[in-house]
Amino acid sequence: MGTAALLATLFAPLAGSLALLFIHRDQAKAIKTTALVFSVLTFLGSTLLVPGFDASSSSMQFTVDMPWLTSIDAGLRLGIDGMSLLLVLLTTLIMPIAFLTSWKSVTKSVKEFNVLMLLLQFGMTGVFMATDTFLFYVFWELILIPMYFIIGIWGGKDRIYAAIKFFLYTLVGSLLMLIAIIWLGIEVGKLTHTGFTSNLAVLREHAPMIAPQIQTWLFLAFALSFLIKVPLFPLHTWLPDAHVQAPTAGSVILAGVLLKLGTYGLIRFNLDLFPAASVQFATPISVLAVVGIIYGALVAMVQTDIKKLVAYSSVSHLGFVVLGIFSMTTEGVQGAVIQMVNHGLSTGMLFLCVGALYERRHTREIADYGGITSVMPRFAVLFALALFASVGLPGLNGFVGEFLTLLGAFTSPVLNNPMFAIVSASGVIFAAVYLLWMFQRVMFGTNDNPKNKHLPDLTASEYWQLVPLAVFIIWIGVAPRHFMHFSESSVKAVVERVGTFTGKVSSVLPLQQQQR
Amino acid sequence: MHIDYFGSLPLIAIWLGLGAIGITIQAFVRNNTRLVFGYYLGTLLLTAALAVITSGHKGTTFQDMITLGGVANYFDVLFCTAGILTMLAARPYLQREGAELDEFYTLLVSATAGMMLMAHANNLLVLFVGIELMSITFYVMAGFLRTNIRSVEASLKYFLLGAFASGFLVYGMSLVYGATGSLQYDLIRDVVAQNATNFPTLFAIGAVLMAVAMSFKIAAFPFHQWAPDVYEGSPTVVTAFMSTAGKAAAFSAFMALFIMLMPATSTLTPKLQLMLAVVSAITMLVGNITAVVQTNIKRMLAYSSIAHAGYLLMGIVSNTADGYSGIVFYVTSYVFMQLGAFVVVGILERGNDSRLEINDYAGLAKREPMLAFSMAVFMLSLAGIPPFAGFLGKYLLFVSAIETGYTWLTIVAVASSVISAYFYLGLIVKMYFTEPSGEREPATSGLAGITLVVTTAVSIILGLIASPFLSTFRSWW
Repeated sequence: MGTAALLATLFAPLAGSLALLFIHRDQAKAIKTTALVFSVLTFLGSTLLVPGFDASSSSMQFTVDMPWLTSIDAGLRLGIDGMSLLLVLLTTLIMPIAFLTSWKSVTKSVKEFNVLMLLLQFGMTGVFMATDTFLFYVFWELILIPMYFIIGIWGGKDRIYAAIKFFLYTLVGSLLMLIAIIWLGIEVGKLTHTGFTSNLAVLREHAPMIAPQIQTWLFLAFALSFLIKVPLFPLHTWLPDAHVQAPTAGSVILAGVLLKLGTYGLIRFNLDLFPAASVQFATPISVLAVVGIIYGALVAMVQTDIKKLVAYSSVSHLGFVVLGIFSMTTEGVQGAVIQMVNHGLSTGMLFLCVGALYERRHTREIADYGGITSVMPRFAVLFALALFASVGLPGLNGFVGEFLTLLGAFTSPVLNNPMFAIVSASGVIFAAVYLLWMFQRVMFGTNDNPKNKHLPDLTASEYWQLVPLAVFIIWIGVAPRHFMHFSESSVKAVVERVGTFTGKVSSVLPLQQQQR
Repeated sequence: MHIDYFGSLPLIAIWLGLGAIGITIQAFVRNNTRLVFGYYLGTLLLTAALAVITSGHKGTTFQDMITLGGVANYFDVLFCTAGILTMLAARPYLQREGAELDEFYTLLVSATAGMMLMAHANNLLVLFVGIELMSITFYVMAGFLRTNIRSVEASLKYFLLGAFASGFLVYGMSLVYGATGSLQYDLIRDVVAQNATNFPTLFAIGAVLMAVAMSFKIAAFPFHQWAPDVYEGSPTVVTAFMSTAGKAAAFSAFMALFIMLMPATSTLTPKLQLMLAVVSAITMLVGNITAVVQTNIKRMLAYSSIAHAGYLLMGIVSNTADGYSGIVFYVTSYVFMQLGAFVVVGILERGNDSRLEINDYAGLAKREPMLAFSMAVFMLSLAGIPPFAGFLGKYLLFVSAIETGYTWLTIVAVASSVISAYFYLGLIVKMYFTEPSGEREPATSGLAGITLVVTTAVSIILGLIASPFLSTFRSWW
């Protein structure tokens, strides 16, 4: 049952994109409906993963292992643990919303758009499910092509520049990862005497036994690839361009899911496969993460374009996730995992709100707005909710993640310096500054621009986009355990593994206690 | 003298089909291109079918001068397939350019026969005959649009430089013969493996000269200069054929030669590997970097084809079963994607020199969605993006190079892949992200449509269903 749900979640989008090929391009409505139906069904299918999931186990569940390219030991190896489960659910939740938001705003080449979106979903789900490095790489690159076209065809004014920059940045990283994947397979093959392998379970078992110097190189290649995707300062410059130029659906998916591929990879590959090298590089990477938190916040503060502001806030927020991961404590990594989900929900929602404003006024300049609350009160409530979630207000989801990552960084025996947490905490304050200041300028004040006088409030479709995200934002904020217990044992396993191979003791408090 | 007739069937079929029957038909049936076209199409199909049937029949024949079965037969099928696909694309192209003569198909089959001989050679002289048959046919085909000055220039340039390369090859062969006392591949290999050559220095020079000649044939640095001019000037269908099947044939010979010259026990092997690694690295960098600045699509594809020779050389550098089977897979996918790309160019161009600028492809996705889609698939596959066939080929070659310790070469290959993505994507940007300018009559592909469907389909699915191919390839070494 679980395995069937897993396969359905993975392959339904692919089936959907193939189904779309048989609908004539003039029937735009049928195409959009089909795509939406497939994505909603995928979401429902993915929720079936939850009941059978054993949260007490850290191992991969619902595993599939089918031979594919046997001579290079690549197989259709799939499975999920708690961390993947959360991210898969995030993906399947975001996608129907992305289809809804592009319902009216995407008017040209509707068929191609929907086919590419479904392929994108296939790739993203695949990355979170793959337990084979070759398959992982194929899915990883598969994401690149649809996203490149989505930015390049349906994007804004400078879409071509943004699309190429996005593609080349990611490609540089992923090709380095490709070398690392091959090298790792060969080195482990030497250890096991069974030849080249791309089976993640085998790699995981033997990777820490590879010569330390090679481990360092492998770690760096994987890390560079993932940190570009996250993106970590100073590798982030593709992100504002891609975010701003992408259509709203593209931005939502970029912020909601795509950035998480990088942080997911850091945990799944860097921490899990090369614990020793992770400890070695924890400090420099955390320094960059902290710099990114502050830098992203400061740059966000001076933006005049709302979308760019939200884009830079992602740089800042993802800094917390990276910091949490490299604190290598249970709290930190758990915080990072839940913060990945949080960021997907709250920043995705912020982009939807920006998109809703843009739909009405066709401008993203903060200066063109003011006093919008008076004409769009319902919108203002949901916008404020997303904003406060992003700021990290207690009671909403962002607080849980940020608190845990900071706690992890503060107590981390690996980083062993409270300054990381202290400096990053100022990022939370900065976030409040730039987000609230933006909100004030856009939503409050007097509505004196005649073009803003008669803006319609939220439409039914927009409620359907925003309310589900709002529900989860509050749910995670109020009852984080409902979500965090899924990933707890896998995160603990990773952290314990770091401890085993490096001798650094990790957790200071049992996680159960903090939750109360 | 015992001759293995059954095993030699593919070779016999194409030689009889070409020489004894084909040319005779043409002598008596005038001006019936349709008949000739159909006849040669049948010949190639029959040859390919026979090559499949006899593939399990391994051995040597004609006094050990010809190898049978295995990889040689596989290459037969590949060459014949490329020949068939080219013929299908060539007919509408030549008709449009007003240059459809029977002889074109004769020449194409004759080049295919030469390639098959190269793949089957187990003797340096047989190899030489094969290479010359292919090359001389190519010289003629390059100049096939004889009223077009670029075509004639391409032909002459190719001929003059090609003649030099053949000279190097023969000289290298003579030195290797002097050093080892044999022209047979397997006998030479035995001598080299025991480090028992008569004149080690002369053998080394001979090996290097052969590498020079083969580098010319595959268009590798520093002997790649002819390729852009020749590929640009030749009729596009000819370019499609010689830059794909021609390169595959050159690699079939290159592989056989260097398996012979580089046994693991020979003291010269590491040095030859290093030499080829340097050639490979510079070739891919030069090819890709120069391709970035091209504005003419044929020149861009020509430089990209140079770069691909560099990638393919990685397999020979690694000198392992993984490497050689990687080459066979990569060259297979390369034949389909590069041939398809040139066929798209051929469908869109007019008069061998107009509508060849990359700017002419602006908005192609609006004008010709199917052509643009195929071209996008070829570009992504050439760039080595999964899940297309080109990716798996690169993956296999990278695995083989890292296994042999050539990690630096793989890093160069990766760096040049990133550079190559820039111009492959550039074309997609033109086709999909920009608006078309001006009105054009719709392109008609005719029979070339079949070629496009096949090449596109193979580029998409070959990587996904590669498993049986890969295990077969591995069993040959």
